[in-house]
Amino acid sequence: MPMTEQASGAHHPQPRPRSSGPQTSAPEQVTGAQSLIRSLEEVGADTVFGIPGGTILPAYDPMMDSTRVRHVLVRHEQGAGHAATGYAQATGKVGVCMATSGPGATNLVTPLADANLDSVPLVAITGQVVSSAIGTDAFQEADIVGISMPITKHSWLVTKAEDIPRVIAQAFHVASTGRPGPVLVDIPKDILQAKTTFSWPPVLDLPGYRPVTKPHAKQIREAAKLLGAAKRPVLYVGGGVIKAGASAELKVLAELTGAPVTTTLMGLGAFPDSHPLHVGMPGMHGAVTAVTALQKADLIVALGARFDDRVTGRLDSFAPHAKIVHADIDPAEIGKNRAADVPIVGDAREVLADLIQAVQKEHAEGSQGEAAAHKYAGWWKDLNRWRETYPLGYDLPEDGSLSPQQVIERIGQLAPEGTIFTAGVGQHQMWSAHFIKYEKPATWLNSGGAGTMGYAVPAAMGAKAGRPERTVWAIDGDGCFQMTNQELTTCALNNIPIKVAIINNGALGMVRQWQTLFYNQRYSNTVLHSGPHDVNPDAKGTRVPDFVKLAEAMGCYSIRCERPEDLDKAIEEANSINDRPVVVDFIVHEDAMVWPMVAAGTSNDEIMAARDVRPDFGDGEDD
Amino acid sequence: MSTKHTLSVLVENTPGILARIAALFSRRGFNIDSLAVGVTEHPDISRITIVVSVEDLPLEQVTKQLNKLVNVLKIVELEPSQAVQRELVLVKVRADNETRSQITEIVQLFRAKTVDVSPEAVTIEATGSGDKLTAMLRMLEQYGIKELVQSGTIAIGRGARSITDRSLRALDRSA
Repeated sequence: MPMTEQASGAHHPQPRPRSSGPQTSAPEQVTGAQSLIRSLEEVGADTVFGIPGGTILPAYDPMMDSTRVRHVLVRHEQGAGHAATGYAQATGKVGVCMATSGPGATNLVTPLADANLDSVPLVAITGQVVSSAIGTDAFQEADIVGISMPITKHSWLVTKAEDIPRVIAQAFHVASTGRPGPVLVDIPKDILQAKTTFSWPPVLDLPGYRPVTKPHAKQIREAAKLLGAAKRPVLYVGGGVIKAGASAELKVLAELTGAPVTTTLMGLGAFPDSHPLHVGMPGMHGAVTAVTALQKADLIVALGARFDDRVTGRLDSFAPHAKIVHADIDPAEIGKNRAADVPIVGDAREVLADLIQAVQKEHAEGSQGEAAAHKYAGWWKDLNRWRETYPLGYDLPEDGSLSPQQVIERIGQLAPEGTIFTAGVGQHQMWSAHFIKYEKPATWLNSGGAGTMGYAVPAAMGAKAGRPERTVWAIDGDGCFQMTNQELTTCALNNIPIKVAIINNGALGMVRQWQTLFYNQRYSNTVLHSGPHDVNPDAKGTRVPDFVKLAEAMGCYSIRCERPEDLDKAIEEANSINDRPVVVDFIVHEDAMVWPMVAAGTSNDEIMAARDVRPDFGDGEDD
Repeated sequence: MSTKHTLSVLVENTPGILARIAALFSRRGFNIDSLAVGVTEHPDISRITIVVSVEDLPLEQVTKQLNKLVNVLKIVELEPSQAVQRELVLVKVRADNETRSQITEIVQLFRAKTVDVSPEAVTIEATGSGDKLTAMLRMLEQYGIKELVQSGTIAIGRGARSITDRSLRALDRSA
């Protein structure tokens, strides 16, 4: 062979517009701005989060007349971006945010990076200075296409008004197909003002974009064979299964094989937490059973997961005995961190559907004499022993103050069916992952890859805007809350009644935990409710800011809860109010820590079930 | 042990594609040895020849990450034994009446060309594989190299097969 072809997708059909109905609209005389709004209507964008400004201004005029596109005026563009992410994760549709050029656009950078790492379909539309001024350091000019290149799936600078419908259709197509991700469309002001024609649907021009969704049959057979031969398999499930809508298929495969299932932080809800085959979340703060199951496994079947460092710990000692079946829609994820014995490129739903058939065929051919329930009996004996010995849990504070874990657990238990939870980043996020039971996909939204503090409130706003019939609880820390709480004003004024639980320990809790464990309890710059010690030595528990007053000022109903005996009452009161946003300020004990924990840079074998408690797996020190 | 690999990357001829590729290499920590860009027989397709020194596993990552770029149509690795590879150098060498004829002799040995002459210098144009050009430059060093400019490697597979055919058809279909 003279040449090694590494890429050719000639077998795959050319992409077509997503929502091309049967009828084609005749060309209309419009402005670029009208063409943009018409395009958004045609692709089915029903909600846009944004803030107008100089260069995007032309688009806001026809937006006012649109009956199909609702615009939510946020208070900061970062809020628009995370809201679009929350909307997308809660609905499965593409989230849309809009901003003006320069600082408006750069304020979208964090949510774009966040959506990129969590594979969220997002379309960001930004105004740009007039074409003739591009590159001159004009007022409010920023090269947002250049800035966003490494943190988007793709981006476009529109140079002709006639291209607007095609580029918008392409943006939605690229964002939502293959491995979903954020895209950005930058439109100079003169293009929005130009006269053009609008017709729909446009013909997509994406010759280099051909995502593979159909898995290779031979690889599927290989995977089924390995599952049949394994003694200690684990199904390692990530966010890809939720994005593919493959929960039903996953349940069938799990029950068919009897293999344990671990769901990552992004995959929580893909498989019911209450299911007997579920062994918990893996990773740095994963359940002992899940972490250990992966370490001791002889086969890991990764489905829509990417062997992130927070899951694997030290890579060279991760799951040393396991063969790897790695199924992902993104070929670049396979073999990136851990070599795969059986690589499968495809959509998780199609992979699972094919895998179920292949496993059934294996069973029918009698290569497995034993019933599924008994096949991994020895493995389950170990798993159940770990589960019983090292369950997730917490101690109540001795001084009678509120336990943050208990607050979160009770919110989960008292929440109406179908409640969507969002979280910020830190201790409260890990406790929300541990102590709320997720039974359905897309009920747990968080910033997994980027770890973006401040995600919870705007993401909850987006989720509630997309799913108004659901209760949406944002579990936030007091540090996170102070980054993006301004969007509560947006919620109050736009009838988006979310509920926010501030897990208020007066500190940047997760950083404080690391200082407790690794920096000799030297709490450098992690105390939030007082200034530096030398400035104000007695300032403790100052209530600055007073979150109850702050929330009231933003048009929310607010409650403070400080005692365990008031906990249920506060949560029930919050659940009963649906005509405006509710904020509950839970004053919790500051020394609570997240356990289990694998210290950064160490092996998952070194997992600590609690402080100074290393699980004994009965296999000796030298294993 | 890292080895040199030559990748031919067919891309849509759109603004920003070179920035995307260059950014991808720097962001993922891959080093580019040489890079050459030019339009192909189809005006809408450019061909980028990238030479990278990496081991096989990172090379697979490079290729897969490049493939994810929406404007990248196709990537082919050209094996050195099955491809013709060329670089171009223009080199200005110090030359006086005494040394000029010696330099001309070297130029002829390497089948290079003298493209400019002045009383103090000659400018030589040479094409060839990297090895040949290195050998020539080593011979010229003794006279004093005043200025040197080198192109990136370009490469094409041997035989009748074309790597652009199918991409062209894909482009036509979408147009």
